[in-house]
Amino acid sequence: MRYSQKGMATTPNKLTAAQKETRQGFVYLPLIAGWLVPGAGHFVLGKWVRGTLLAVSIISMFALGIAMQGKIYSGAHDILEMLGLVGDLGNGLLYVVARVLGLGADQVMVTTADYGRAFIVVAGLLNVIAAVDAHNIRTGRKA
Amino acid sequence: MFRPDHFTAVLLFALFASVVFGITQRDTPRRMVRFGIYCFVLFAGSAIVLSWLMFLIAR
Repeated sequence: MRYSQKGMATTPNKLTAAQKETRQGFVYLPLIAGWLVPGAGHFVLGKWVRGTLLAVSIISMFALGIAMQGKIYSGAHDILEMLGLVGDLGNGLLYVVARVLGLGADQVMVTTADYGRAFIVVAGLLNVIAAVDAHNIRTGRKA
Repeated sequence: MFRPDHFTAVLLFALFASVVFGITQRDTPRRMVRFGIYCFVLFAGSAIVLSWLMFLIAR
């Protein structure tokens, strides 16, 4: 059950100095940092192990998708491409780097390329989940 | 170019997705590990079960 702890006398005393330090500043920083660079949202909050595991998982998934010659969506000509583009954009700077360097394939030509396309899209969606998780930790909804 | 077979791709997908799900959907490290393993088993297990179903239907 979730409830508001605002105004309760014990809550501020439970926060350590390090937690108080991270609670100051721009509230959306972990969300934006986590979206741009996988795991960075948790790094900002001092959650090094969680951030490292998230970064390794999401970057590996994206890199494997590229290695399988997965398609990187560059435009939205129909609804399916639009959904794929939204998923790809979840990768943040990884997507930008892939577009700039011309990584991935323009068309799905082999079976593994279709796996790769799915890996890239899902990596983006997982990155969004991780960024929102960092935001929830920042706002105190999650420990 | 990396060309995994279908089952290897399923296992890699399940591994990475389960790590992210475990960390983001639970609060404590112990519960994160348990939920991550649970997700991995469901991902891989459902792929195996569905594969056998499709194999039997196609015969």
